[in-house]
Amino acid sequence: MTSLRIFFYGGQMTYRALFYWLTPQIYVPSLLVAPIFQILLFVYIGRSAGLESDQFYVVGNAIQYAAIPCLFAMTQMIGGERYQNTLSAILVSPARRIPLFFGRAVPVVLNGAFVSAFSLTAGAIILGVEIPRSAVPGLAFVIVVAAFSCTGLGLINAALSLRIRENAVLSNVIFGFLLIFTGANVPLDELPNWMSTAAQALPFTHAIEAARELADGASIVSVADLIGAELVIGLMYAFVGYGLLRFMEVQSRTHASLERS
Amino acid sequence: MYHLKMISRSPFEGYGQVIYPLFFATVAFFVFRAGDSAQTLVYASLGAAVMGMWSATSTTAGGAMQRERWHGTLELLVGTPPHFALILLPITLAMSTIGIYSLAATLLYGHFLFGIDLEVVHPLQFAIAILGTVLSFGALGFVFAVTFVRFRAAWALGNLFEYPVWLIGGFLVPLVLLPHWVRPISWVLAPTWGMNAIREAAAGGAPLDDLLLCLGLGALYLALGILLTNRALHSARANAALQLS
Repeated sequence: MTSLRIFFYGGQMTYRALFYWLTPQIYVPSLLVAPIFQILLFVYIGRSAGLESDQFYVVGNAIQYAAIPCLFAMTQMIGGERYQNTLSAILVSPARRIPLFFGRAVPVVLNGAFVSAFSLTAGAIILGVEIPRSAVPGLAFVIVVAAFSCTGLGLINAALSLRIRENAVLSNVIFGFLLIFTGANVPLDELPNWMSTAAQALPFTHAIEAARELADGASIVSVADLIGAELVIGLMYAFVGYGLLRFMEVQSRTHASLERS
Repeated sequence: MYHLKMISRSPFEGYGQVIYPLFFATVAFFVFRAGDSAQTLVYASLGAAVMGMWSATSTTAGGAMQRERWHGTLELLVGTPPHFALILLPITLAMSTIGIYSLAATLLYGHFLFGIDLEVVHPLQFAIAILGTVLSFGALGFVFAVTFVRFRAAWALGNLFEYPVWLIGGFLVPLVLLPHWVRPISWVLAPTWGMNAIREAAAGGAPLDDLLLCLGLGALYLALGILLTNRALHSARANAALQLS
């Protein structure tokens, strides 16, 4: 029961407390307007190069932009606690770590999915990209899975933030790698082999492919393998991220570095 | 110079601003390479290089005054005898100067990783065009810094202007591909003309007209920024609001 309370209430309260600064003044330009301009930028680059359709870039960038809320928010889970001098109080508490850390991830997943869905909708409307109505439930599910998958990677990012001071730079770098590798803008067969192989183990790659197929009219059953792969990748990252968080927590105690970095 | 040294040592504003545009440059290089046109790859190489210059300015200039406020130095700087514009402008100029690292890094990156051979026909004009572009970027950053001062989340607005200027300035996409109503917006942006001047100088064209337009707009931004500074400081003094927002 306590673990459930920590998971649900704790996660929700922590999100509200750590993101008190995420007012509409910041949320709208950073998470609603910026992804639309990212979509427009790559749509026009694609048109200029004559490479892919508008739909290709709208779907790819809308899903990939979930990386911003997912990566930065998970990092803030550590960085924000440290900034408010509450990190040590939390880590000495006897609370179970799984509900403690994963409960914090739930609002992040939901927010990431919302940003992605909004970007997809707005991008499609602005550019006149037609998405069949029958694809909407499937796309919504894929978007949630993609946000979950990236939040798993965000957990690793959060763990590294226990030792790395410049977590904003790290999040930007991860965002950049996801922009290149996941096929959001460059078809995987246009990337060097090693890059397209590495992409198979990254969040978003399978979700973007599944979303593109759904937008082309495929049924959700036909992309179940891609969604499954994305889910497994998300679970894998979440598992590794949790392990790394625990390891870094122990290291922080051993080296007394919790408040230092 | 002092601000440039400080910013250079900041991971986010220093090497972060050099690395981040490289990701976008990489995507652009792959997309244009897949488009199979060597000429567009050179076009993209220069555009991507200038993208970094703009990133270095826009993402940090918006919050330049706010940063002084956080550091607790804003009142001291405002209270010093020199005009506050003389204090703020070097900060935004330092930010745009950081962009030269980004420009060099992107050109080298394109050359060594993507084999893009950029032949600069007029090296001297090319260097002057870069210098003029840096100055106009700094002036535009100065306007951003002053305009957003009353906005609590100025940094978010600075970030917001990164993509639009990349797009509307014609860094990677020829302006003829954009809707007609966008073009007047790009004409009043100094980065558009700075980009043109750099391309013209590299390709052996005539960059002078573009460079003069870029510098002219930069001068206009400067005048506008000074007017806005006076207005903002007067308002802040009258309402005792310098520390607020």
